[in-house]
Amino acid sequence: MSDTRDPSEGTDARTKHVFISDPALTRLTDEGSQELVVTGGPWPEPDEAEGDTMIINMGPQHPSTHGVLRVMLELDAETVVRAKPVIGYLHTGMEKTGEELTYVQGATNVTRMDYASPLANELVFSMAVERLLDIDVPARASWIRMYLVELNRMASHLLFQATNGLDMGALSMIVYGWREREETLRLLETITGLRMNNNFIRPGGVAADLPDGWQDDTIAVCETVEKGVREYDELLTNNPIWRERLQGVGVITTEQALALSASGPILRSTGFPWDLRKAQPVLAYDEVDFDVIYTENGDCFDRYRIRLLEILESVKIVRQCVEKMPPGDYRVQDRKVTPPPRARIDESMEALIHHFKLFTEGFKVPAGETYVAIESPRGEIGCYLVADGTGKPCRLHIRGPSFYNLQSMTPMMEERLIADAVAVISSVDPIMGEVDR
Amino acid sequence: MPDDDAREDGHKNGDADVEDKEKSAPTPPDDDVAAAVVERFPGTVFHRSHGQPVVYVDRAVWAEMGEFLRDEQQFTQCMDVTAVDHLVDAERLSVPGVDPERFEVVANLLSHPRNRRIRAICEVPPGDASVPSLTGTYPGMNFAEREVYDMFGISFTDHPDLARILMPDDWAGYPLRKDDAPGRVPVTFKEDPSPR
Repeated sequence: MSDTRDPSEGTDARTKHVFISDPALTRLTDEGSQELVVTGGPWPEPDEAEGDTMIINMGPQHPSTHGVLRVMLELDAETVVRAKPVIGYLHTGMEKTGEELTYVQGATNVTRMDYASPLANELVFSMAVERLLDIDVPARASWIRMYLVELNRMASHLLFQATNGLDMGALSMIVYGWREREETLRLLETITGLRMNNNFIRPGGVAADLPDGWQDDTIAVCETVEKGVREYDELLTNNPIWRERLQGVGVITTEQALALSASGPILRSTGFPWDLRKAQPVLAYDEVDFDVIYTENGDCFDRYRIRLLEILESVKIVRQCVEKMPPGDYRVQDRKVTPPPRARIDESMEALIHHFKLFTEGFKVPAGETYVAIESPRGEIGCYLVADGTGKPCRLHIRGPSFYNLQSMTPMMEERLIADAVAVISSVDPIMGEVDR
Repeated sequence: MPDDDAREDGHKNGDADVEDKEKSAPTPPDDDVAAAVVERFPGTVFHRSHGQPVVYVDRAVWAEMGEFLRDEQQFTQCMDVTAVDHLVDAERLSVPGVDPERFEVVANLLSHPRNRRIRAICEVPPGDASVPSLTGTYPGMNFAEREVYDMFGISFTDHPDLARILMPDDWAGYPLRKDDAPGRVPVTFKEDPSPR
C-alpha cells in the first residue's frame, strides 16, 4: 500500500469492468480509424466567392463555455465547418509561481489549478514530492487520501451534472446537482476546514486526522448522493428530449481520442476501459472493490452517463473507506518533512527549530526528476517535478487533463450544428483553471 | 618537492580519469522498451529515475523515436510534453553519458496494451533551441508543444501551428525561462516609447 509505488511497472490485469449494455444505445461510431492530422495557423478570411461561411467567436464570455474558453467557429449557415479552442484567458503563471514556493507551500498553489477537484491536484503533487524524497506514507494516510479524493470526485461529477443540465436546458438540474454537491462539500469542509482549495493533502501525509463522527456524516452524505443520482437518472436518462439532444452528438472514436491524448470519461466513452485507478493503482485502490464504467458510442450522452455512474462507484469506494479505514498515523513521522505537533513546540527546543525551519525555508529535496500520474475526475492528471537540491522545485509542471481533452473538441464539433457545440463543450467538462494554469 | 608535487598531481589526474570513465559509462538498460530504444538509436542513454525508466535521446531522432515507440512498441499515447530550464540549478541530476545543456524537452509516453510508461528526454542548447515536433505521430501534442514554445521559446520544427497559446500574441519574452522575470513591471513614462 505504499504511496510511492512505481506506476510505470506493469501490473497484472485485475481489472473488472462494467459495460453499460443498453439496447437503446445503438453503435454510432462506424467511421473506424481515420487519420487525424493537426492543422492550424491563423485562419484566412473566408473566401466570399467560394461560399458564405463566417467566423464566429463563441466565448470567452459565453455562459456555456464554463469559464473563459473561447471557441472559434467557422460556420456555414448553422453547420460548424471548423472549430478551434482558443485559451489563455485565465493564465496566471502558476507553474512559475510554483518555482518560487517551497515544497511545503506548493500544495497551496497546485490546489487552485483544477478548482473543481482540488484534492486530486494536491495528491499528485504530494506523491511526486514523496517519490523524490523516497518516503512512504503510512497506511492510514493513504486511505484518508483515497477517501478524500473520491469524495471530491463525487463533488466534481455532481457539478458536471448540474452544469450539463443547465447547458442542455434541463434547468432544474442546476438546483438538484448543486444541492447534492453542497452536501459533499460540507463534509469536505468538516474534514479539511475548507469547501474548496483544501490544501489538506500535503507531502508526507495529510494535514490532520479525520474528525470525530466522520463515519456517520459520510454515510449520510453517501445516502443523499445516491438518492440524488437516482433522481437524475429518472429525470434524464430515459427522457426522450434529453436523449434526442445528446445521443449521436459530439461523437469521437477511440482512435481519435487516443491520438489526441484524451483521457478520463472521454476515452472511456469510446469503448476503451482505461482507468488509472485500476490499471496502475496507487494508494489503496487495489484493496477496494469498484468498477470501471465505459460505453461504446463516444457521444455526449455516453459521457453524461459515465459521469453519472462514476458517482455511484465513488460512493462505493467511500463506503468501503468507512469500513476499512486502518488505524495509525495520518502522516509520516519524519521531523524533517512533517511539522511537530503543536504541544511539542512548548516543551522541546528541537521541535521549535524544526517547526521554524520547515515553515520558513522548507525541507530540501535531493536533485532528481519524476512524473507521477493519477486518475482525476477529468482524466490523467500528472505532475512532472524537477528538484535541484534546494527547498524549492526547479520545475513544477502539471499535466492538466482538461488541457488535452480540449483538443478533442474539434473532431466532436466539426460538421455538426452550432447548437450541438454547446453540448460538446459541456460534455468535455473543461476546467479552465487547469487548462490555463 | 617538485617531484612529489608532480607525482601527486599525476596521481590526482589518474584518479580523476578513472572517475570520469566510470561516470561517463551509461548504465545498461534493465527495461526492455528502453533497451529497444537504445538498440534502435545508438547514443541513447538509459537512466532509472526513482524506479521509472528514462531514455535520453539525441534531439535529431526525437520524432523518429516517437514513431518507433508508437508503431513498434505499442506506446499508444503520448501523455505530456514539457520542458525544463536548468540555467540556475543549485545542483543538477547528472546522468552518466549525457552532455547536459540548458534546456531539456521531456515527453511522457504511455502504452495501454502493455500498461507501462517511459519518459524520453532530449537536451536542447539555448543557441539553437529547436526540436522536431511529435505532432506527426501524436497529434495531441499540438497544444503541449505550443505551450513549451510559448513558455520557453523552444521551437518545434514541422509543427503546423506554432503560435503562443497561453500568453498574448504580442508578449515579449518566454515566462518560464529562468532569466525571465514576468513579475517585473517596467515603469513607463508619458511619451516614452513602449518597452514592448
